[in-house]
Amino acid sequence: MLAVTGIPTAEDVEKAFPSEERLAQGPVVVVECYQSIPCNPCYTACRTGAIKEFEDINDLPTVDHSLCNGCTLCVSNCPGLSIMVVDMTYTEEEALLKIPYEFLPLPEAGQMVKGLDRAGQEICDVKVVRVVNSKALDKTPVISIAVKKDFVKLVRNIRMEG
Amino acid sequence: MMPVELLVIGGGPAGLCAAIQAAEMGSRVMIVDRNNALGGQLVKQTHMFFGSEKQYASKRGFDIAKLLLDKIANLSNIEVLEATTVLGVYEDGVVTLEKNGSYLKVKPKAMVVATGASEKALAFPNNDLPGIYGAGAVQTLMNEYGVKPGNSVLMVGAGNIGLIVSYQLMQAGVKVEAIVEGGPQIGGYLVHASKVRRMGVPIYTQHTVKAAYGKEVLEGVTLCRLDDQWQQIPGTEFDVKADVVCISVGLTPLSELLWQAGCQMKYVNSLGGFVPYRDDNLQTSVKGIFVAGDVSGVEEASSAMVEGYLAGLSAASYLGYKIYNMNELKSDLLLQLDSLRHGPVGDRIRKGIAELRIINEAAASKEA
Amino acid sequence: MRIEEHPILSFKRGKAVKFHYNDEEVLAFEGETIAAALHAAGIKTLSHSHEKNRPRGLYCAIGNCSSCIMEVNGEPNVRICVEMVHEGMVVKTQKGKGDIL
Repeated sequence: MLAVTGIPTAEDVEKAFPSEERLAQGPVVVVECYQSIPCNPCYTACRTGAIKEFEDINDLPTVDHSLCNGCTLCVSNCPGLSIMVVDMTYTEEEALLKIPYEFLPLPEAGQMVKGLDRAGQEICDVKVVRVVNSKALDKTPVISIAVKKDFVKLVRNIRMEG
Repeated sequence: MMPVELLVIGGGPAGLCAAIQAAEMGSRVMIVDRNNALGGQLVKQTHMFFGSEKQYASKRGFDIAKLLLDKIANLSNIEVLEATTVLGVYEDGVVTLEKNGSYLKVKPKAMVVATGASEKALAFPNNDLPGIYGAGAVQTLMNEYGVKPGNSVLMVGAGNIGLIVSYQLMQAGVKVEAIVEGGPQIGGYLVHASKVRRMGVPIYTQHTVKAAYGKEVLEGVTLCRLDDQWQQIPGTEFDVKADVVCISVGLTPLSELLWQAGCQMKYVNSLGGFVPYRDDNLQTSVKGIFVAGDVSGVEEASSAMVEGYLAGLSAASYLGYKIYNMNELKSDLLLQLDSLRHGPVGDRIRKGIAELRIINEAAASKEA
Repeated sequence: MRIEEHPILSFKRGKAVKFHYNDEEVLAFEGETIAAALHAAGIKTLSHSHEKNRPRGLYCAIGNCSSCIMEVNGEPNVRICVEMVHEGMVVKTQKGKGDIL
């Protein structure tokens, strides 16, 4: 389906997510890289050893979620913008998603925006908690959004207007 | 007649890397490019590149161009002729050039042809209406000159260029109505597809443009579905209003100069058209003529850069220049090319190139 | 039709210049092509085909296809997608194939 629509299926997303146990322990990376292409910057960006060295540059990334501390270094380094960080311990009801966002205008902390799913459909309102746009991110800002836990596997993008 | 040691034709990713490598080994290099500035299509690429650190992965195309141009500027044995068009390559090895209306003749001892590729067109009624542009044209207007190609765009082709340019259009504040792809699946990297899909842009596979319409300029298009034999299915037509149709249905090598030079050529569909036979050093069937980048087979810019370094190294070595670690360098470059083409996406490229290999010296014996 | 804000790129436009397009005056910036300047001014139809009088615009924008030819300072068949603008230049819609002499 993904190869026809560009939309990862619920099963694809499920496979990319860490275990419930790991999710319960705090921020962790979700790598949605479903196709063998020659690319490895996620490995070179990773400082904790969570993303393993590639035997073949065309391999899919191998992630040891137990070693990941959710630092987000890989998020802005992935040329496919396929990585986000999820923190299920943010509040009782909400998870924090840290997603790459390369559009203007950038949202501001505190702003309410629309949470979109992987097909660009509006799912729910989400609150922007933080916007990091440092020079090191090289024009791939990382936006932190608070999302109701029920929607954590659905929301993957934001829309500013409306 | 200007004596030239190594002539590099084309200052895109492949040509720049070829010039850098050959100059670093000691050759005197002249790069000619018909554009007013070097960099080729790299300067219009705003996305991060794939590959590994060696091919500048995760850096943006225009930043890679800056990096390569900096190296060129610091190599005093490279002479750059911009706004210069190569007119012909003659049997006696003479190459003729045009620069600002004046006619120049050079006789290089070796040549790297890195002329790149041009965009293919697509046949449908009214495909000549103003507003129907090649994807490269859209990138040029938008990323080089900061001019929007229009307000709403229909993208034709879901290969990497179609997907990337769709994303770039949205970054420039232009609405992308849809992406249409004739094939049953998305041809480009799926991560690129997902980037545009989650912005709400539909991707219609097995669809095509039935016709465009508009009086003096494009006003919209009629799309329809295709069956498994790529035939239009009557009754499936629907309308999309757009003031731009962006055509991104592949590239074809700009190989005219190689034909003129007498290089042995072959039509290889997976490489985009007629491409030259070459040996492991990227030397063609004509001694002293090397190739790199899209002119030798349409691929990603990452491979074009590695091919450029390899052709530069081979040309310098052909001219008699050496460096202590030349063999290591060469095997590393060959390894890089191999790994970039190793995966399932590179399968077609690998098979295509296998059809073009010149294996021994005897096959490459036609004198320049 | 010009991009003022961009998340990745910053456009350093050259000095503002004016040139003539048929009976109009068009504002442009040094360092850009005639095609870019006309497009920014909303002018997409650049000529008409000789036989069937069909409208013609640019297609490749890099000097390959010759779909964008116009008369520039009296010279016909100029590919305006690779010809830079200059203050006061005269750009005209070309009728017919143009005379060199």
